[in-house]
Amino acid sequence: MKVIYLDNNATTRVAPEVLEAMLPFLRESYGNASSMHGFGGQVGKFITEARERTAQGLGCSPEEIIFSSCGTESDNTAIFSAVRSQPEKRHVVTTRVEHPAVLNVASHLEIAGYEVTHLKVDELGRLDLQELEDSLRPDTALVSIMHANNENGVIFPLERIAEIVKSKGILLHTDAVQTVGKLPIDLQKLAVDFLALSAHKVHGPKGMGALYVRRGVPFRPFMLGGHQEKGRRAGTENVAGIVALGKAMELAAAGIDEENTRVKALRDRLEQGIMSAIPDVRRNGDPENRLPNTSSLAFKYIEGESILLMLDQYGICASSGSACTSGSLEPSHVLRAMGVPFTFAHGSIRFSLSRYTTDEEIDLVLRELPGIVSRLRAMSPFTGKDEAAPGCAC
Amino acid sequence: MWDYTDKVRDHFLNPRNAGPMDDPTVVGEVGSLACGDALKLFLKIDDAGRITDATFQTFGCASAIASSSVLTELLKGKTVDEAAAITNKEIAMELGGLPREKMHCSVMGQEALESALKRYRGELDPLVKPEGEIVCKCFGVTDVQIRRAITENDLTTVEEITDYTKAGGGCGECVLDLERILAETRGTEPAKPKPVAPKRKLTNLQRMQLVTKVIDEEIRPSLKKDRGDIELLDIEGAKVLVSMRGACSGCPSSQLTIKELVQRRLRDAVDPDIIVEEVRS
Ligand code: FES
Repeated sequence: MKVIYLDNNATTRVAPEVLEAMLPFLRESYGNASSMHGFGGQVGKFITEARERTAQGLGCSPEEIIFSSCGTESDNTAIFSAVRSQPEKRHVVTTRVEHPAVLNVASHLEIAGYEVTHLKVDELGRLDLQELEDSLRPDTALVSIMHANNENGVIFPLERIAEIVKSKGILLHTDAVQTVGKLPIDLQKLAVDFLALSAHKVHGPKGMGALYVRRGVPFRPFMLGGHQEKGRRAGTENVAGIVALGKAMELAAAGIDEENTRVKALRDRLEQGIMSAIPDVRRNGDPENRLPNTSSLAFKYIEGESILLMLDQYGICASSGSACTSGSLEPSHVLRAMGVPFTFAHGSIRFSLSRYTTDEEIDLVLRELPGIVSRLRAMSPFTGKDEAAPGCAC
Repeated sequence: MWDYTDKVRDHFLNPRNAGPMDDPTVVGEVGSLACGDALKLFLKIDDAGRITDATFQTFGCASAIASSSVLTELLKGKTVDEAAAITNKEIAMELGGLPREKMHCSVMGQEALESALKRYRGELDPLVKPEGEIVCKCFGVTDVQIRRAITENDLTTVEEITDYTKAGGGCGECVLDLERILAETRGTEPAKPKPVAPKRKLTNLQRMQLVTKVIDEEIRPSLKKDRGDIELLDIEGAKVLVSMRGACSGCPSSQLTIKELVQRRLRDAVDPDIIVEEVRS
């Protein structure tokens, strides 16, 4: 059965060009870039090239790029660096809808005695910039706000956020894992100090990420050990991964127009098709300012995992907005932060498209999904009723 | 994706007896939209007290639908007394097992059945007014339900309680209560937090010797692996003065090494008040 992969915010297929670029470093060119001999040393120039390509994709200088193992490591590095370089500042600002790579670091800091402000979002998943401004204090060490949300696709106004945060001289970190390759990013204009990205969200391999650190920003390494990455990130270079990231970034930069026209048109066709064929469906998140590839839809009266499993019968891969599939039992923290009613939250499904998504794939979803939803609704005790059944005090 | 058995998949994709029933003898209900799981069980019972038909409506994940479906199959043809003996274990077993985290779906089946049978017998439905005190506010689970899940399924950890009842699977505020109920039900003592080791009273000489030993035997060898080194210059009370040598001297991360490696290790091994400072030469 053909796989119809509409879960690209979770991970993406490795682009064939990326795979080709990395293969030599898994086969014959396996030397260690830190070795003194020529066999190892020769891979160094490919690292340099990949750094340049990555920097080009972000509009920064190559020296401002640190390669890491993933977006999570990049996020962790940025946050810990910011707080360690300013030990006298004990306050951090973030949002309620960040990825766990940020939220869990924030909780860790709270345990260590830091004060953390979690900014709210409204029912469309948008931030209140006045709340952000009011939250900043002389002892704020860092503001960490994602560029776009992985679940609902809502894009935060980072340029405006940067104006507010930088006017107070506070460091700003952004988790741009979901926007790199989907939205143009120009770090000449965007005044963030740290930006985290991950290769596997832009058709690169898993286990590879990068962190942008603006020149002049105080930096404390997270990984200690050897002198790789100019002492800023120890550990033998993942040469194949680095080369792959460089290639993926190059392809992504070239594909942003496509993302914003073809992919967005496909997404809109999928969304409108679903919403016109199926009653009681609601869109989660700001309809305007959101990623061109993401659609988070909530199907009233039924539960997300059931929809996913039935879609799986047709090879369709999407993801559930209730965290049921991930072992937790509540709707996701993002949907809860947005105040999505329970009647919808449990039945949320995210479709996320990519440059490889085709018209035929969207057609298949539009053909099969209405039947799936009506089968499940026919089985649901709540169909047509808005009140919860008695017996549970939650 | 959960690792479901073929039987769970089959009952989910081809549910038996799904849908409401016209003119049921009795209906049992549990759960709510807010809880993320709900089951309505319709039974037709003949005059001899035998279940002649059973159907269901379920809001929930694949295992909730499969549990409901298999329950209706188990019920058909049984007398009310035979049905009353069905446990959540039997529902799960009939499905070839459920993932640990999904056991609460089988419990929901059992509870819906009880609700139906109590109504049939004219007894007060415990799930209309839940018996006992609500312990987990997130999922509305009472102490009675928790104790019962512990006893009937021989649960030994809070995680298992969550798997079987959902209690503790939300905000986590009830976890201490779950620990207490678990201990009470099993007749054990609740786990006490480990006593913190009393602060060691060291003489200056002892402190000096211990610091030297930890630096020589643990810290220096690990720095040397990276061609670095450290020299102990002085100890003034809780303050340990060091100087970084080799590749560590002038390394941009030497401050981090001092705080995260040297100071942390000395605090663990010698005295939690120790402060390590670098004297730059
Ligand atoms: S009260 Fe039990 S998980 Fe929230």
